[in-house]
Amino acid sequence: MKKFGKIYFALILLFLYVPIFVLIVFSFNETKSRSVLSGFTLEWYVKLFHNKIIISSLMKTILIATLASIVSTVLGTFAAIGINSMKKVPKAFVMNVTNMPIINPEIVTGVSLMLLFVFFTARMNFEFGFVTLLIAHITFDVPYVILNIMPKFKQMDPNLFEAAQDLGCSPMQAFRKVILPEIMPGVISGFLMAFTYSLDDFVISYFTSGPTTQTLPITIYSMTRRKISPEINALSTIIFIVVFVILIVKNFVENKAAKNNSYKGEKI
Amino acid sequence: MKKLKVFSAPYLVWMIVFILVPLLMVAYFAFTTDSGKFTIKNISNVGQYANIFVRSIWLALVATVVCLLLAYPVAYLLSRMEKHKQGTMLLIVMLPMWMNFLLRTYAWMTLLGNNGVINHVLGIFGLGPYKLINTSGAVVLGMVYNYLPFMILPLYSVMEKIDKSVIEAASDLGCNSASIMWRVIVPLSLPGITSGITMVFVPAISTFIISRMLGGGSNLLIGDLIEMQFLGNAYNPQLGAAISLVLMVIILVIMTVMNQFSPDDQVLI
Repeated sequence: MKKFGKIYFALILLFLYVPIFVLIVFSFNETKSRSVLSGFTLEWYVKLFHNKIIISSLMKTILIATLASIVSTVLGTFAAIGINSMKKVPKAFVMNVTNMPIINPEIVTGVSLMLLFVFFTARMNFEFGFVTLLIAHITFDVPYVILNIMPKFKQMDPNLFEAAQDLGCSPMQAFRKVILPEIMPGVISGFLMAFTYSLDDFVISYFTSGPTTQTLPITIYSMTRRKISPEINALSTIIFIVVFVILIVKNFVENKAAKNNSYKGEKI
Repeated sequence: MKKLKVFSAPYLVWMIVFILVPLLMVAYFAFTTDSGKFTIKNISNVGQYANIFVRSIWLALVATVVCLLLAYPVAYLLSRMEKHKQGTMLLIVMLPMWMNFLLRTYAWMTLLGNNGVINHVLGIFGLGPYKLINTSGAVVLGMVYNYLPFMILPLYSVMEKIDKSVIEAASDLGCNSASIMWRVIVPLSLPGITSGITMVFVPAISTFIISRMLGGGSNLLIGDLIEMQFLGNAYNPQLGAAISLVLMVIILVIMTVMNQFSPDDQVLI
């Protein structure tokens, strides 16, 4: 029985990884063939780094993801603090609306924002591009920030804020010295989540970017629509390795932190 | 804490302008003509595409069931591993999900193509070539491959919390392993099952990339239909909005049904 489980687990891993490894192997293939291996080459990697469209869309993706995740973290942190002190009914309403971009299919969020932007472009001197893309990214990022922070308030003593003020803090000081440190883990995980979702997003960007602004996923999409281009294989390989290294480091750091914590005992 | 309410003001403005208003605009477009007059023609026109709706629901359903069947043992095996192994194994299972899904889907184009890897390997044994790509099977495969981790994660996170002593108690009281599975583990993992189903079904029913890359032109889904109304040659945002609205209603119904099966305080999403 145990053996059977191991074999099953291995088969699932095979299913998950074989397609990626095929891409990696073919990224070193000499010809453009997608089925016959002929010889080793690094040509596709060289071509990739000389492809201006890919490099510029990569830069744009990183810029958008950075800006969107910073703005949405600030907006979302203040929002979470405010929502937490609301009464039950308005709180439930705001949380339900906040959940919408998460529950709704991405395509619906994408077209709904597109309709709004079309409305603006028709009436103002305003075009689809960087700004619409940034707004769209912030819009789907903020809910993740808020949802990461809200549970932290449940763990926090609601009297702490008032206690700090009784002891002579101004409301601003109480916020900085008491509330912020308590919710910080949620803020950080919200920021990271927003950043990765922004980096990875295709569907919503596709509807809100317009013809001139391309993020990396949009460039990848247009590459897959055209003829076979082995540069995609090279790009996949690089992305896989980057993701792999980041996750290994993250896992290592977390394990170490967990070990350290168990020595020091539970943090209060 | 009352004073803190004002902190949410900037977000509330943002939320109204960029979440609420756009969704209301979808509803408005769905019920108006070009010139802004009220009409239900857009909604009734959606009926012409009933076959596409049926196909989308069917393929998404098949993909969801396959994901559940494949993921359940994976999540169970993960949750039974030694604690220090679990984190690493979960990381390995989730790693492919961190690659952009366009690249993951592209990988299957390479494998399934008429001159692709699978047909080439089969050809060595004198088999094929088979038509693998541009079939509905390829679309389901693409959905399963892309969304399997979305099923594994919620299942694992409920199973990991199942108290081992409950299972021991069941076996002490005479359950064999099959009845432990059916009468203890499955009921306790129900919230994971329901949220896994929604997390796979919602993106599967609304995708347009997977059907376009792996389904060729003959396997249009709701997502393709919407995309064509907004960015394709068939530009018709009113119809596109109506289709989006119907899609949202379908998903709302599915989620309501799913929530019936899981206790209120345990909804994962």
